[in-house]
Amino acid sequence: MRPIPAEPPPFFRRGPSALARVTFFGLASIVLLFVDARFRYLEDVRQAAGAILFPLQRLVRVPGEALDSVAAYFASKRDLERENERLRSELIAQSPAAQGYVPARDENARLKALVDLKATHAEGSTVVQVLYTGRDPFAQKVFVSRGREAGLVPGSAVIDEHGVVGQLTRVHPTMSEVTLVTDKDHAVPVKVERSGVRSVLYGAGTGRAPELRFTPPSADIRVGDRLVTSGLDGTYPPGRPGHPQRSRRCARIRCAPLRRSGHARRAPRARARRAHEGARRGVDRTVAAGEVSAAVPSRPPGRPRCPAPRGAVGGGGGSQGRPREGAARRMIAAPSAASLGEALP
Amino acid sequence: MSFASRVPSFTPARPEEILKPAKPWFVVLTLVLAFLANTLPTTGVALALKPDFVALTLLYWCIQAPRYVGVGVSWTLGLVMDVVDATLFGQHALAYAALAYGAEYFRRRVLRFPLWQQAVQVAVLLGACALLVLLVRMIGGAPLPRWTYAVPPIVGALLWPPLTVVLQWPQRPTRSSSTF
Repeated sequence: MRPIPAEPPPFFRRGPSALARVTFFGLASIVLLFVDARFRYLEDVRQAAGAILFPLQRLVRVPGEALDSVAAYFASKRDLERENERLRSELIAQSPAAQGYVPARDENARLKALVDLKATHAEGSTVVQVLYTGRDPFAQKVFVSRGREAGLVPGSAVIDEHGVVGQLTRVHPTMSEVTLVTDKDHAVPVKVERSGVRSVLYGAGTGRAPELRFTPPSADIRVGDRLVTSGLDGTYPPGRPGHPQRSRRCARIRCAPLRRSGHARRAPRARARRAHEGARRGVDRTVAAGEVSAAVPSRPPGRPRCPAPRGAVGGGGGSQGRPREGAARRMIAAPSAASLGEALP
Repeated sequence: MSFASRVPSFTPARPEEILKPAKPWFVVLTLVLAFLANTLPTTGVALALKPDFVALTLLYWCIQAPRYVGVGVSWTLGLVMDVVDATLFGQHALAYAALAYGAEYFRRRVLRFPLWQQAVQVAVLLGACALLVLLVRMIGGAPLPRWTYAVPPIVGALLWPPLTVVLQWPQRPTRSSSTF
């Protein structure tokens, strides 16, 4: 009698068992996770893979963009009129500041020349457009058009017409990744516009309002105060963010994004609370375009001893979520301020 | 599925039908389409509802065509999703590899059930996959997500019956579908 062959016939050969394979790949994933999280060795691999994948993603968006442009073409007359009126009133509201800007800038340049101070803010900025929001519910990130091809560098601040949006964290050849100020533990040095109290605005993650940490209980902060970036980090150019609100129970100061400064000034208390509640209960990751805070043209440093740009912006980004992608959403990626060391006398 | 009964060839395969083996190009095509669906720009409610199409399609092929799609392919596609979503390398890969293993483990049993009962089991698998991602992220220091985190796996499971009908359509034997 012939012995039964030990090897199974080729039909049944399927390589290692599923359990062996899942163990191998599972361990490989854990090693990758560890290496990526701790050492960031894999950025080059990511860049290379991104360069292949992103054109494909562009292709997907073509039908949607076409549809958008058709929809925009058929926008109703009433909507256009209303928008026109709003824009005109905004223009009038902002024109005094805009008209004062050029003389102020010239004067500043003269003063700076007088004390021989180097510019702390690199000139120039790039207009970018939000392409899509990441699917990752744990991170507050958006992806924008333009990348290394436009001279963007990681670490640049991203602002929109209302204020700081975030910071470029990865720059790919044709697109970049923006980490929003609402991302967990994303820190922006800020100060209270009214009282000058300095603090740090920390993002609290998806669906949660950013908060001010390391602020003494006695600090002069009131509900409805406006925050501006203090520029101590040398990254964020000036602008305006949200209204802090102090919740008495846990002595936390939460911040809401700034929508329209005019409204905010008229009814700061009510608005702050509403925004706060909205942020708490809100549909996370949905943000209307207007809910990101407001930016101010960048102001050069005031005093020679304080080279960082004062003024500044904190918490835009929309605590309730992310900026919406689409043709209307344009943001600016500005190179961060030159290193502080360089500017110090 | 009242609408499906009116369109004869677009119904789930009956148990006695023996499906033809899937064409490799069709498997690749559906995976590419799922990838594109995942990267479609969405926002708001759509984003909160959007299931992981790649996971769903991988699951289908792991069950129906384990010779083409298994743990290795799933893991590789997971790495691709990690690049696109800018998550840590290995996060999606780990989840998809585990999903593929789960599919391989359950596949013979899953196929015995009618579609809506399969969907329940798919919900469990997708939920376990989401839980694994949650675990990885919590170890990485992420805050606890809100309850909406549980929505995409459920939506994915609800999509399972229509997805099955669409994906098995080219594999239906021509003769039996003509007898409808």
